[in-house]
Amino acid sequence: MPVTQTVPAAARMFLSGNDAVARAVWEAGTRVAAAYPGTPSTEILEILSRYSGLHTEWSINEKVSMEVALGASMVGARAFCAMKHVGLNVASDALMTMTVTGTEGGLVIAVADDVGMSSSQNEQDSRYWGRFAHVPVLEPSDSQEAYAMTLAAFDLSERLKSPVILRLTTRICHVKGVVHTGERIEVEPKGFVKDPRHWVMVPGNAKPRLPTMFEREAAARAQAEVTPLNFQVDGSDRRIGFVTSGPTFMHVREAFPDAPVFKLGLSCPPPLESLRRFAATVDTVLVVEETEPLLETEMKAAGIACHGKDVLPRIGELAPDVLEPAVRRLRGEVVPEPEHVPAQQVFPRPPTMCVACPHLGVYYTLSQMRNVIISGDIGCYTLGAGHPWNALDTCISMGASMGTALGMDKGRGKADENKKIVAVIGDSTFMHMGMQGLLDITWNRGNVTVLLLDNRAVGMTGGQDNPGTGRDIHGEETTRVDFAKLCEALGVKKERIHVLDPYELPVLFKALREETKIEEPSVIITNRPCVLIDHYQPAKSYTVEEDRCTGCGNCVEVGCPAIHVTRRDKVVKASGKEVDLSFVRIETSACTGCGLCVQPCAPEAIVHADPVQSVQSVQFVRK
Amino acid sequence: MSKITNILVCGVGGQGVMTATEILAEAAISLGFDVKKTEVAGMSQRGGVVTSHLRFGDVVLSPQIAPGEADLLIGFESAEALRWSHMLRPDGVALVNSGRIVPPVVNLGLFDYPEDPVAQMRALGLTVHAFDASSLAIQLGNIRLGNTVMLGACADRLPFPAEVLRDAVLARFGTRKPQLVEANRGAFEAGRRAVGGEALAA
Ligand code: SF4
Ligand code: SF4
Repeated sequence: MPVTQTVPAAARMFLSGNDAVARAVWEAGTRVAAAYPGTPSTEILEILSRYSGLHTEWSINEKVSMEVALGASMVGARAFCAMKHVGLNVASDALMTMTVTGTEGGLVIAVADDVGMSSSQNEQDSRYWGRFAHVPVLEPSDSQEAYAMTLAAFDLSERLKSPVILRLTTRICHVKGVVHTGERIEVEPKGFVKDPRHWVMVPGNAKPRLPTMFEREAAARAQAEVTPLNFQVDGSDRRIGFVTSGPTFMHVREAFPDAPVFKLGLSCPPPLESLRRFAATVDTVLVVEETEPLLETEMKAAGIACHGKDVLPRIGELAPDVLEPAVRRLRGEVVPEPEHVPAQQVFPRPPTMCVACPHLGVYYTLSQMRNVIISGDIGCYTLGAGHPWNALDTCISMGASMGTALGMDKGRGKADENKKIVAVIGDSTFMHMGMQGLLDITWNRGNVTVLLLDNRAVGMTGGQDNPGTGRDIHGEETTRVDFAKLCEALGVKKERIHVLDPYELPVLFKALREETKIEEPSVIITNRPCVLIDHYQPAKSYTVEEDRCTGCGNCVEVGCPAIHVTRRDKVVKASGKEVDLSFVRIETSACTGCGLCVQPCAPEAIVHADPVQSVQSVQFVRK
Repeated sequence: MSKITNILVCGVGGQGVMTATEILAEAAISLGFDVKKTEVAGMSQRGGVVTSHLRFGDVVLSPQIAPGEADLLIGFESAEALRWSHMLRPDGVALVNSGRIVPPVVNLGLFDYPEDPVAQMRALGLTVHAFDASSLAIQLGNIRLGNTVMLGACADRLPFPAEVLRDAVLARFGTRKPQLVEANRGAFEAGRRAVGGEALAA
C-alpha cells in the first residue's frame, strides 16, 4: 500500500537529523532520491518516500543510487542520494567520474559516518572522499543545521555545478531537536543537453574537463572564506580557541562556553585564510574533529600552529566528557577524579536474533557441523557469530563472503585440506554485491557451499524491500527475482541448487552435509520470511512439560530468546563423566510456534501450549 | 544559561525506551523548551542495550548527558539501571523497574545476572525508587503498558506538572489507538502510585 502522508506546512517540528535532511530535500524541489538502506542513514529515504512530488527508490547498492541521482541531475533535475560511510566506498567509482563531468541539477550526497561504531564494521571519515574527489563537504552540527545545510547544499551544487557531500554522523542522524521548516519549491528540470564532451568520459573528453574541476575547487575555496556557514563565536577566555566541524561544535560550546570557536559548516575546501586570522586572536588553537586529523593536517600544512589529535582521542565521539579532561591537560591543569559513582560491571547484553528468526535454524545446524569454515556477511545473520552458535568465522563487507570463501578454498594448504567451506549471505546483500562473487566462484570452479538466506527483507535495517521481495519502497508490487534461476544463470548447476525451509532442521542438515561433500559450487536457498515483516504468520505456541524435560539443554542451543533456563544442575553419568543440565521454560507469550526448538528435544518435552499435542523429535548426530 | 534538565532512560531493545523518551520530549516541547534527544544504541532493537538521552532547557547544545550529570535515571530493567548508574548525579534520583530480562548469555551460563541490582545501586549511595513495573503492566492487562507505568512513576519528579506528561502520553495513543487511552491512563496512575505519587484528576 502506498504510504502518502500529508506533510504539515511551515512549522516548528521535533526532527531527527535524518528527518530534517529528508524534509529539506523535499522542500528543495528534488525530483529523484535513491539509497540503499544502511544505519545510520536509512531513515532519510524512508521518510522521503512518504512525500509526494518526487521519485524515491531503494537501489540495489550505493553505486547504483549515485548513478540514478546523476542521471536525474543530467536532465537538470534536483537529485539526492544517501548512504552510510561504507556505502560511499561502494559508490566511489561513480563519484570519482561524476566529479569530472560535474552536475547540472543540484546533486547532494548525504553520507552518514558511524562515529563510535554503533553498528558498522569500521569507523571511517568520509570527509576524505571530499578531498579525494575535489567535492565540497558540508558538516551540520544538529537537526536545524542538517535542514538548513541540505538546502544550502543544493544551491552550492548548482552554483558550482558540482556534487556536494553532506557529511552526517550518527549523532546528527539519530539526534532529535527542534527545527523550523518551510515549504516546498518546484524546480523545473532544464532538460538534457546533448554534449558528449561533457557527459561521455572517454580520455579525450575527460582530460579537457580536469581543469574545470580544479577551477571549481578554487571557487569553492573562495566561497568557504566568505560563506555564513563558516563563522566565529567570540569568547572571553582566549587561552584556547577551538576549530570545530560537525557535532563537535555543540560539544565544545557545552564544555567551554567562554572560549572562542571557529565553526566550520563548509569545511572542504577549508577557509585557511580565515582560520589563520582566527588563530592570531587566541593563545593556542585546538582542532576538534571526528575522527581523523584532517583539518589539523591541512592547517599545519598551511603553517597554522595547532593542537588536535595529540591531545584528543582519534577513536570515537568527542562529547563534552571526553573533551573536558583533554583540554584541561593541554592547559597544564591537574584533572581531578570524576565526582560520580564508578561504572559498574554488568554482564554484556549483545543484540540477539529474534524469537523464531529463520536464521536460528540455519546457525543451529551450522553449529552442529564439524570441519567447516564459515564465511559470513553483513546483515542480521552476522549475529550468528555470537552465542550460542559461534557459527561465523569471517565478516568483512557487503558481499565479501563470496570472494573470501573462494580465496580460502583456493589458498588452503594441508591444514585445511579436509575442511568444508561454507559462505552465508542474505538476499539483499546477495543482490547488493554478492552476485558478482558467486559468478567468480562458479567461473573459477570454487568448492564452496553457499547458504543464501532469503528472508524477503533487508532485515538488519528494519525490513526494507528489495528486488527479492517483489515490492518497491512504497510497498507496491513489482518484479520479483527468482533466486534459484538467478543462481543458475550465474553458473551454478541446477541440481546443486536447493530451496529449503530453514525450520526443517533435518532437511537442512542433510542438504548441507551432502552439498559440502560434493566438490563444486552449490547453493542452498532458505525461504522463510523475517519474523518482523508482515508476511510472517505466527503459529500455535509451545510450552515445556516439566516432568519430561531431562535438562539436556539442546533447545537452548537453538538460541531462541523465548527459551529461558529456570534451573541448572550437574549429574555424574555411569561413565563417570560430569554433565551440566539446564532445565527450561518457554515464554509462551513470546513463542510464535515455529517448531525449531521442538526438533532437537529427544524426550519430546516441548509440546503445544494448548491443546497438548505430541511432536516428532529428531536426533542430531554430530559429524 | 539556565539549568538544563537531563534524563537518561535505559533498558533493553524492544521495551519501548525510545517511545517513552519521545513522549517525555513531547511534553517538554509543549512547554516551549528547547529539547534534544539522542539514543545510544547499537543494533538495539534485537534485545541489546538501549539508552536514550533527553535534555531540555532554554538552550540545549550537546545532545549527550555526561557521566554523573543525569538528574533522573529511568531504568526499564534492573540490571540495565545498574549498568548506567554512573550516569546519575550523586544527588539524582533513579526510578527502576525491578523486573528482569535475562539475556541468552546468562541462560547459557556464560555470565551471571547480578544478585540484587537495586540493592547494589543503593549501596553506591544512590536514591532509588524501585517497583516491579513489568508485573504491574501484566496485571493491568498488557506488558506493553510497562513504559506508561514507568512514565507515571517519574511524573512527580519532573520540573513541570505531572498533567503535562500524562497528556502527552494520552495524546500519543489518542490519535493512534483511541481504545488504549483508558488503559494508559490507568497505567500512568498506577506507576505514580507505585512510587508514592498522588492521583491526578481525570
Ligand atoms: S517454537 Fe521454540 S524456537 Fe520457535 S518461537 Fe517457540 S520457543 Fe522459539
Ligand atoms: S531439549 Fe527438551 S529435554 Fe532438553 S532441555 Fe530442552 S526441553 Fe528439556
